[in-house]
Amino acid sequence: MSATGENVTENNGLLTEGGAGHGGPVMTAHRAGLVGCRGCGRVWPEAETICQRCGNTLVLPDRRGLGAVWAWLAAGLIFYIPANLFPMLKTSTLGGLHGSSEATILGGVVELIHYNSYGVAAVVFIASIVVPISKFIAIIWLARVAGRPATVRDAHRRLHVYEVVEFIGRWSMIDVFVVAILSALVQLGFVASIHPGPAAVSFALSVAFTMLSAQSFDPRLIWRGLPLRSSKE
Amino acid sequence: MQTEGDYDLTTGAGLIACPRCDALHIERELEAGETARCVRCNKVLAAPRAGAFTRIIALSFTSLVLMVGAVFFPFLEISRMGFGNETSLFGVVMAFADGALVPLTVALMGSIVGLPVLRAMLLVYTLLPLSRNRPPYRHAVRAFRLSEALRPWSMAEIFVIGTAVALVKVGGLANIAFGPAFWAFCALILVNAASDAFTSAATIWDAIEDAGLPTDGREMAAGRP
Repeated sequence: MSATGENVTENNGLLTEGGAGHGGPVMTAHRAGLVGCRGCGRVWPEAETICQRCGNTLVLPDRRGLGAVWAWLAAGLIFYIPANLFPMLKTSTLGGLHGSSEATILGGVVELIHYNSYGVAAVVFIASIVVPISKFIAIIWLARVAGRPATVRDAHRRLHVYEVVEFIGRWSMIDVFVVAILSALVQLGFVASIHPGPAAVSFALSVAFTMLSAQSFDPRLIWRGLPLRSSKE
Repeated sequence: MQTEGDYDLTTGAGLIACPRCDALHIERELEAGETARCVRCNKVLAAPRAGAFTRIIALSFTSLVLMVGAVFFPFLEISRMGFGNETSLFGVVMAFADGALVPLTVALMGSIVGLPVLRAMLLVYTLLPLSRNRPPYRHAVRAFRLSEALRPWSMAEIFVIGTAVALVKVGGLANIAFGPAFWAFCALILVNAASDAFTSAATIWDAIEDAGLPTDGREMAAGRP
């Protein structure tokens, strides 16, 4: 059972006291010519490629690794387009007599507003439109600024954005689950039935690719641009 | 063998790098209940808890039992104008089972049922010998690495919130009743959350190593607390 003591350059006490927020230069594995394992924390000489403890691949914090981020992000963006153009749900009520409709994501929101369900409309609008688009923008921004010069405060802001993107990524899948539950549940024959549309698949793929994009982003790059000398933070 | 507080800046022995910001720290044995955080980005590096392994095993078994109930009992029932329909979790997944949507069925099945079950079994496989002070099973390293890699793709809790949203959407259209599987699923996400709270990846890696799986020969001489 082990963990960390103090940072190598700064002898500022035990970490159980939570020592965040000091602005001085911090000794990193990269500056020491070493590479840290992102799976278990072990530190190895830069030449090693596989962590001998947990078997993870060792990757240097390098801007070249951002290629994977861009590639997955492009895939996510491409699938987000059909996800919005094709219908997400096909509803028919009273055997189609009362009307059957095919609703896209945005169409569904508009319909909910017509029925005065503003709360649900807001949830759907935020979950399927605002969140995915902000996620794309956040990843683009992170990938562009990663490794560029930054102050300690910039770095913390970037880390914060990264944490939000990483946390929220999986939750976009909620829309796909809603479609699945509705289609399984609302099978009342003549009265009402709901079927999934092709947009459900492209939306699911878009979310998965965006998650992979966020996972390929190496947060250690955020800290690469910090000045080597102590700043006045 | 490595003694505590001893480190080597050329090989990296006795050091730990924060996985999120790369800051180097000197490795130190922690007592149960202590939490080690990165000095720079405040990420939790290790948080050993007393009896954590036994608890994770117990919680994993609980989640397996609950999952059996969640899959086979009725999940939701709907009725309107004398027409009724009840669906199990399989029914939900099979909603996508025609034509081009089949791959989505497989993915849904995996993220709701398959991955939570697989992760519970991998954790039991990794931790069972460790909790009884025995050497770990042969593939413990691979099993635990896989379990950590699958963590973000296991989406049981998102599915439950999705159910809530779906119910709000059809609430006006028909009468809905919850089946036992719905409650099993709710309990399942609480159990999984508790299990995650006890899981500290760094601590488990150290335990696998200390318990004698031949790894890199860098384990702390002080051994386990």
